[in-house]
Amino acid sequence: MADKIILEVARYSPEQDTKPCFATYEVPVHKEWVVLDALNYIKDKVDGSLTYRWSCRMGICGSCGMMVNGEPKLTCATFLSSYAHNGNKIRVEPLRYFPVVRDLVTELSDFLVKLKKVKPWLIRKDTVPLSQGEFLQTPEQLDYYKQFSMCINCTLCYSACPVVGLDPKFVGPAAIALAQRYNLDSRDQGAVERIAVLAHPEGIWGCTFVGECTKVCPKHVDPAGAIQQYKLNAVLDWLTSFLMPRGHNSQDVKP
Amino acid sequence: MRQEIVKAAPAYTEFHPRWYRAPVSVYWWLGQWRYLKFILRELSSLFVASFVVITLLQVRALRNGPEAYSRFQHWLQSPWMIALNLVSFLFVVFHTITWFNLAPRAMPIWVRGKRLPEFLVAAPNYAIWLVASVVIAWFVLR
Amino acid sequence: MARQSDEAFFWMLFSAGGVIAAILIPVHLFLFGLAFPLGWLPAPDYERLMSLVHMPLVRVYLFVFCSLPLFHWAHRFRYTLYDGLKVKHLNEVIFALCYGGAVAGTVLAAYLTWTIA
Repeated sequence: MADKIILEVARYSPEQDTKPCFATYEVPVHKEWVVLDALNYIKDKVDGSLTYRWSCRMGICGSCGMMVNGEPKLTCATFLSSYAHNGNKIRVEPLRYFPVVRDLVTELSDFLVKLKKVKPWLIRKDTVPLSQGEFLQTPEQLDYYKQFSMCINCTLCYSACPVVGLDPKFVGPAAIALAQRYNLDSRDQGAVERIAVLAHPEGIWGCTFVGECTKVCPKHVDPAGAIQQYKLNAVLDWLTSFLMPRGHNSQDVKP
Repeated sequence: MRQEIVKAAPAYTEFHPRWYRAPVSVYWWLGQWRYLKFILRELSSLFVASFVVITLLQVRALRNGPEAYSRFQHWLQSPWMIALNLVSFLFVVFHTITWFNLAPRAMPIWVRGKRLPEFLVAAPNYAIWLVASVVIAWFVLR
Repeated sequence: MARQSDEAFFWMLFSAGGVIAAILIPVHLFLFGLAFPLGWLPAPDYERLMSLVHMPLVRVYLFVFCSLPLFHWAHRFRYTLYDGLKVKHLNEVIFALCYGGAVAGTVLAAYLTWTIA
């Protein structure tokens, strides 16, 4: 392995620039360094004005997502050594389709508003007194939604999804997967409240199953699968409401 | 141009002109193979439709009698039609494979609290494809 | 709410057509589009095919074979135009052309399979 690597980093200063440009840095390669380590090296040793988000450096906080050679990646889990064959050059850009605040920092409130719209929390129709204890759940009931609950809101899937870029109103992969995480939870009774946002042209019907959201997900959530499953349920729901206009259970798909 | 991009974004980001919003190119699907593959998968529907049109023409030729049908057969032998059908065949098989492989993701099957592996859900699709193809070929060639 | 149900309906037609196209079109295309014109296999003659389409079940089969895949095409092609060419502002025109085509093909299929025997 070479002992140096070239990093091309997108720089954008809102006060001075009208569009981002690239700055090139030479960074020493230590064994098992990740892209985030290289960025930290630049900030510590070369240019302290480089701005980016990071926190846990172990793939849990979901804040260090960036485009690495055109692919959405968690920079804390992307090793420099995997780019040694690529002319030893790595291009780091802010996550695609999000407004850029500065350098590698994206503006996330768009995503957060969408996330809130699908009500990703347990909704109960009844009010059970605390004295009755917890809502119990079997391991099987947990398994039913567990995959979709692994999301860390890193928004890599939004950067992988062309529909997000083409239609800014599209609710998007992570938010729909998290809605489905609660729809599938045996303790939740809120599926009906989520329909209006999900079964909407800007919700599940906007998705064309490109499938890239699932491929880039560092937590193996499979948002694309969640969306198609919801589509299929919406169709079955539509058919039931057609055949039995009264008394069908909308999107209640729990085991 | 700038104005247009700002308008396309949701309302609450409208008043931050200093945020940089990269425009999405019309050719977003050209640069990377994974997106080109997606567009090709979607374009397979064009070849599905074109073969349906050919089938409709075939039924019409059958309806119009033996001479019309032999004209239709000649037309199918022209190099252009052979080329079209060859390309169509590749696209349609591409559709079949992607369709079968994606189906398990839309239809998770749970058996005794465990989700069946995707290949076990996809495999019956391939079996049905094979059986249906053999039955149809037998019917036509008999 | 009405629009949402419409989307569910069109998606149902899209996926039903997708299944039909995936299972049935490759073998049809291989036989009638390649194997028979190129002489790889002996083509069935006119009388043989007519005796086949005289069976009501074969005519129902042909109708479904033509109709549903057209709705599959209409849905997919509509979204490919929206996204691939960024022409979502032409929404209504594209919608009318795609589904108009699918409906026209379905009517034609119904007419032909009904009157052939």
